[in-house]
Amino acid sequence: MIEGILIGLETALSLKNLMMVMIGCFAGTIIGMLPGLGPMTAIALMIPITYGFEPSTGLILMAGVYYGAVFGGSTSSILINAPGIPRTVATSFDGYPMAQQGKAGKALAIAAYSSFAGGTIAAIFLLIAAPSLSKVSLAFRSPDYFGLMILGLTAVSAFSAKGHFLKAMMMVVLGLMLASVGQDTLSDIPRFTFQNMNLSDGISFVLVVMATFAMSEALTIIFKANDPTRVAKQISLSQLGSIKLDKIETKKMITTIPRSSVLGFIIGVLPGAGSTIASFLAYGMERNFVNDEEKQKFGKGSVNGLAAPETANNAACSGSFVPLLTLGIPGSGTTAVMLGALLGFGIQPGPRLYQTNPEIFWSVIMSMYIGMVILLILNLPLIPYIARVLATPRTFLIPLILFFSVTGIYLMSFNNFDIYLMIGIAVFATILRLYDFPMPPLILAFVLGGLMEENLRRSLLISDGSWSFLWDRPLTIVIMFIIFTIVGWQIYKGFFRKN
Amino acid sequence: MNISPSKIISLLFFIFSGFYLYTAHQIQVFTFDENAAFNAKTFPIYLGYAGLLFSALYIILPETKPSNVDLSVLDYKKTISLVILMILYGLTILRVGYFLSTSIFLVLSYIILGERKWTWIFILSFPFVAIFMYLLHGLLNIYLRDPFLQYIGIMG
Repeated sequence: MIEGILIGLETALSLKNLMMVMIGCFAGTIIGMLPGLGPMTAIALMIPITYGFEPSTGLILMAGVYYGAVFGGSTSSILINAPGIPRTVATSFDGYPMAQQGKAGKALAIAAYSSFAGGTIAAIFLLIAAPSLSKVSLAFRSPDYFGLMILGLTAVSAFSAKGHFLKAMMMVVLGLMLASVGQDTLSDIPRFTFQNMNLSDGISFVLVVMATFAMSEALTIIFKANDPTRVAKQISLSQLGSIKLDKIETKKMITTIPRSSVLGFIIGVLPGAGSTIASFLAYGMERNFVNDEEKQKFGKGSVNGLAAPETANNAACSGSFVPLLTLGIPGSGTTAVMLGALLGFGIQPGPRLYQTNPEIFWSVIMSMYIGMVILLILNLPLIPYIARVLATPRTFLIPLILFFSVTGIYLMSFNNFDIYLMIGIAVFATILRLYDFPMPPLILAFVLGGLMEENLRRSLLISDGSWSFLWDRPLTIVIMFIIFTIVGWQIYKGFFRKN
Repeated sequence: MNISPSKIISLLFFIFSGFYLYTAHQIQVFTFDENAAFNAKTFPIYLGYAGLLFSALYIILPETKPSNVDLSVLDYKKTISLVILMILYGLTILRVGYFLSTSIFLVLSYIILGERKWTWIFILSFPFVAIFMYLLHGLLNIYLRDPFLQYIGIMG
């Protein structure tokens, strides 16, 4: 493991990769700060650029963007009470009241230190857990992988849909349907191409991500006549107060961070659960741990109330890389985008990545940590300046997002058809979003579609067409049991349980 | 009787799944593969049935959490204008070239969205695209097709 860490450090600390982490953190912070645009959009906008680099450099850039966007999201939650993404909602509970009390700088510092500490502890867990899990996951066979993929899709649907489980499941099927367009991987038989040559290679992953996130998010802001920057115009973004913490505040953070990190990491590892649930659970858990006097401060600017969700949020981000790196199965929409990018580089994450491409495996883990250090020493002092991005008028912001989206696809294909297809998918996605049809399950399904079909193919061929492979092995039975429990619970919750 | 838009979308998805299933059955597989345990149309067929199942369930079961959208507040005019502008941008980007089409797209979209600060409109269009092109084409060596700039001799 020490050798791996050194390989990772060597790769991540090369001048080029260090620059990429810095650029990624900076760009991610700016994009993530804009209300409505989360890490998925930030990563999606970066993918076309990363394809010009080596896989490790591209991934390091994306990891930087990811952490930067998470940090940026917390900033807008604290400063203008506009958590553009669900995972930073809990941050606004105590962060925004602190900002209203004239302690915005302090709130941002608490968020940054907590994120850093949570991320650091989780990175250590990841360092220990990932190689061990990689070895364990070598025992997984095709039926187990197939079951795990269904589990991932079901869990993401259950957690991301917030009472709209069936809508999320429809999005899963739609994602898988979109992934099935193009030539069959084994027989090269064209499927759903309608004799259109532009579809014979299938639909580009970047196209779908750009359309369903960047472009559709921009269109949704216009369609709903939202002005996410309105609140930012009403407050001073240049005078945020001191970022120095006193002893009492530091002491409070020291007690909160370890327990929230452990909780965040465990939740992050679970497929579908992700950082939103981690941040809410950590907030609730912290409220139970503190004394009655501190409990009264929750929701009014509590240090513990702010540190807990921020720590858990970042720890969960690191945790979500465990299933991606060890099993090759993403547990969230964001890691699904990362998987898509990896596949684009020709790298198949999974238990063998640890052995076949150790430099990628370790450099991603190490760059996460370096990214967090950079966020702390570069972004925190620059926040008063970066925060001015929040006041960018949407009249400039939206056209620029649309421009980056179209340019991204144009650079990849030099094809009008792809641009039209992207606009079409974006329009449909905008309508679907309006009626609470979630997009993360669609992306996850689109990314997993090919792998899922491959594993189903192997399983069915081995079992001679019988579906008995689903209950032949104890591990598969356990996975299927969890799937049925989630589905059953969602149906019960959605249709039979009152209140 | 009011049918919720979510149910209408589900109904459309049901019809789409039916069409997908029909098309999946039409996939031509190799003769030796026709009776195999798995061939090119197996997975799509399952997907078609799954689509039918989930959309049918949504249509049949009562909606416990309907999505309420106030259609009167939606800005159709600006959204449709932007979509049309994007289609025109897609149409011209290869023929006219990246620089001119992108700059004009940006200028027009700023105006459609109500921006009237002309200095900023100019800065964030022509010079911005020129710098962006220099970064991509000049520094990162990413090819950009631009017949217009080639015609006037700026690009090789």
